[in-house]
Amino acid sequence: MIAFADLHKAFEANRVLEGFTLDVRDGETMVIIGYSGTGKSVALKHVVGLLEPDAGHVEVDGKIVSELRRPELTELRTTIGYVFQFAALFDSLTIFENVALGLRRNRDLAEADVTQRVREALRMVDLPRAEEHMPSELSGGMRKRVGLARAIALRPKYMLYDEPTTGLDPVTSAVIDQLIVRAREALGATSIVITHDMRSAYTVGDRIAMLYQGKVQQVGTVEEIKGTADPVVRQFIEGRPDGRAVVRASLGEAGRAAALEGAET
Amino acid sequence: MLAMVGSRAVGLVEGFGHVGYFLVDSVRAFSDVRTWGPRTLQQMRRLGVDSLPIALFIAAFTGITLALLASYVFTSTVPLYLVGTLVGKTIMMELGPVLTGLALAGRVGANIAAELGTMQVTEQVDALETLAYNPYAYLVIPRVLAGIVMFPMIVAFAMAMGVFTGWFAATTLLPITNAQFVRGLQLYFHPFDAQYGLIKSASFGLVITLIGCYLGMSTRGGAEAVGSATTRTVVYSAEMILVLDAFWAVVLLR
Repeated sequence: MIAFADLHKAFEANRVLEGFTLDVRDGETMVIIGYSGTGKSVALKHVVGLLEPDAGHVEVDGKIVSELRRPELTELRTTIGYVFQFAALFDSLTIFENVALGLRRNRDLAEADVTQRVREALRMVDLPRAEEHMPSELSGGMRKRVGLARAIALRPKYMLYDEPTTGLDPVTSAVIDQLIVRAREALGATSIVITHDMRSAYTVGDRIAMLYQGKVQQVGTVEEIKGTADPVVRQFIEGRPDGRAVVRASLGEAGRAAALEGAET
Repeated sequence: MLAMVGSRAVGLVEGFGHVGYFLVDSVRAFSDVRTWGPRTLQQMRRLGVDSLPIALFIAAFTGITLALLASYVFTSTVPLYLVGTLVGKTIMMELGPVLTGLALAGRVGANIAAELGTMQVTEQVDALETLAYNPYAYLVIPRVLAGIVMFPMIVAFAMAMGVFTGWFAATTLLPITNAQFVRGLQLYFHPFDAQYGLIKSASFGLVITLIGCYLGMSTRGGAEAVGSATTRTVVYSAEMILVLDAFWAVVLLR
């Protein structure tokens, strides 16, 4: 189980999370939706200890992430697969080496097993012949699929997806959605998917939570969210420009850049 | 005015704090031999072998220039075989290490800052962390160790090249025989001359790679930040080479 408990995070004067609380149950896929720059990725980075909270905490398997020492954090990270927004593939490594890198941390895994698991993962994302290519030779959608293969090759207990369909055409987005569902069926992993693509959210999610002004505005099943009476959530899922939601000026382009800059600190 | 001074002071302390954290994290990463061991060999090849041509090129022309300059400065009262002495001493103790260091600050330091900076802004460093790697063990330690080990080796080759081209220029362009040049080279020669140059080179390797790694790993933002980290690496490395050059002279030559 992953639990966000009253999480607060600010980057200088820019308060991004202000009491974000959410429980993700074992085995479910939780989709977190929200406007660009509202802190969805920031929240996700707390789960793997890439960011430390200003207040509150994130619990994974009953362990408070920010209190773990590096060896314990490393141990926890071996149970989590993280799919980055822009794939974050290593430029200097081939696709095979990219997918194998995480597996090679495991001393008990023989090279033959690494090879088998890499091929299995690449087959699962329908890229069986990409092994010897470099990341720069692949399209954006293919790179995201390799990022997904790199995460699922670890057979993690938890899967975290940071905007897996952003910037992709509708068909490629649908393929990625299918792969997320397929990965969940194969691994049985508890997953968190960050997105603002509602079609994707409805396809992959068991429950959906909307992050708004640093907090959860509403959390519910797909059907509950589709039928919501909350005007802010309604406006977001319908994509209407007019309504109750206030898109924070501070988290416009300039604020977002500052947030991202801080997020990588 | 007071606020500005205060803000700068805070900025300076913060800067020292960041460098301190970087050094502590790097030292801690030493225990992860399994990660940095194999990658150090890769970096030694990249950093060392690939840098050799530029180091030899610089040393070759420095040797020629030094021989001709020495013969120009020495008048009839100074025996010409001292050209060999001047070429040997200057190449081994000063110009070999310093000119090679400055060239490698541009080639190696800038390369490290640009590579790690790009990895940082494209989340590749975060990806390493999520794959349970310590980025300091994976990225920093191999480069720093390769710098410490390979810089003296490159400089040793540069020294040999500089002395060789100095000899070649002296014996073909000046009225100096092979025996005279060799006599001058051996005169006042101490093995310490070469050791002094190699010790300096190792320290240059350490600071150039450390600066490149620190500024690369600290990069935030985008392409502009990567460019800035690269430029600052070259400037700070060049400054540190000159500071260390004076430092070693004070410590070892007094």
